[in-house]
Amino acid sequence: MTNATMCSTENGIAFNKACSDAGFWQWHVDTLGWSIVLGIFFLWLFRSVGKKATTGVPGKMQAFIELIVEFVDDNVKSTYHGKSALIAPLALTIFVWVLLMNLMDLVPVDLLPWIAGQIGAAGFGMDPHDVYMKAVPTTDLNLTFALAFGVFVLIIYYSLKMKGIGGFAKELTMQPFNHWAFIPVNFILETVTLLARPLSLALRLFGNLYASELIFILIATIGYFQLPLHFMWAVFHILVLPLQAFIFMMLTIVYLSLASEDH
Amino acid sequence: MNFNATFIGQLIAFAVFVVFCMKYVWPPLIAAIEERQKKIADGLEASERAEKDLELAQEKATEQLKDAKAQAAEIVEQAKKRANQLVDEETQKGRDEREKIVASGYAEIEAERNRAKEELRQQVAVLAVTGAQQILQREIDAQAHNDIVEKLVAEL
Repeated sequence: MTNATMCSTENGIAFNKACSDAGFWQWHVDTLGWSIVLGIFFLWLFRSVGKKATTGVPGKMQAFIELIVEFVDDNVKSTYHGKSALIAPLALTIFVWVLLMNLMDLVPVDLLPWIAGQIGAAGFGMDPHDVYMKAVPTTDLNLTFALAFGVFVLIIYYSLKMKGIGGFAKELTMQPFNHWAFIPVNFILETVTLLARPLSLALRLFGNLYASELIFILIATIGYFQLPLHFMWAVFHILVLPLQAFIFMMLTIVYLSLASEDH
Repeated sequence: MNFNATFIGQLIAFAVFVVFCMKYVWPPLIAAIEERQKKIADGLEASERAEKDLELAQEKATEQLKDAKAQAAEIVEQAKKRANQLVDEETQKGRDEREKIVASGYAEIEAERNRAKEELRQQVAVLAVTGAQQILQREIDAQAHNDIVEKLVAEL
């Protein structure tokens, strides 16, 4: 459950334990690598289908991709009532990307770290136990917070764009008690509301995935009886993983629609 | 579980992915979907229109058929009437013809009879004269009493 970490020290690029005192400037190369590979896979897949998309009878692959696109589009249209070229692609990216990253959870928990350990041992002469590999990027707080922060920036942007600075300030200070004496109280309340949104987004996804990964690891430690338990837990996650991706997408849409609607 | 520069990397990756998706992935897919939706909607509309047209055409055809039937019946009726008329006329004509022929036959018979009568009268007159001549051979000059004979003949 430790990330493969990379940092630059005075002696050049270092990994893992050597980075323990590098402070902020450490990079989780496994999180970055897996998430970027999955993101590029998503974009490549959808782009290649989109380029060949016919308006006539779609092939099976196109039908599947269009199913996802239409599902996202329906959700966006039913929730977000403004016109925006960004919301729907954003929601699609979040949904598919997070789903793909979540699905890494179903890869047997030891497999990828073991492969990475063998490669590390064979290729770089490292002790396999020193090679870390966390294959589920959504169990990394950095990633979930990055997503949530991106959404947060968009919330601020849409609030300012739709309501103006005055409107946004008024929303922060004149609700829920519409009286000048309550401005500080309102401001504290509204700021908490505003900040709780990205925070809850990030922590929800992280918490769910981290916990499920942790339980996979726990199950993996109990010996021969782990197989049925693994199976059950994995079946359960067929439900949980898309659900978490969907929740992340849906809440993003809801927050952005709240941000761009006048009260 | 430390918070570090991975955050920045992920943020950049997220932004790039979203922008790429917005520019190159979303538009062709949604365009294809919307185009197809439009096509399907058009198709449905067209089929509905065609159905309506068909209904109309059927109605029209039924009406025309009804008209045609009525017309045919009328024509047959007229033809029958005409035929009856013709038969009547012909019958009438035949009857007239027959009457004419019969009448002419009567007239001919009458004329023949008259002629025969005349002839007979003349022969009777000649016979009477001959008889009278033989009776009165000696005392009566045929020449002198010719006017009496003539008178007799006229009276006959």
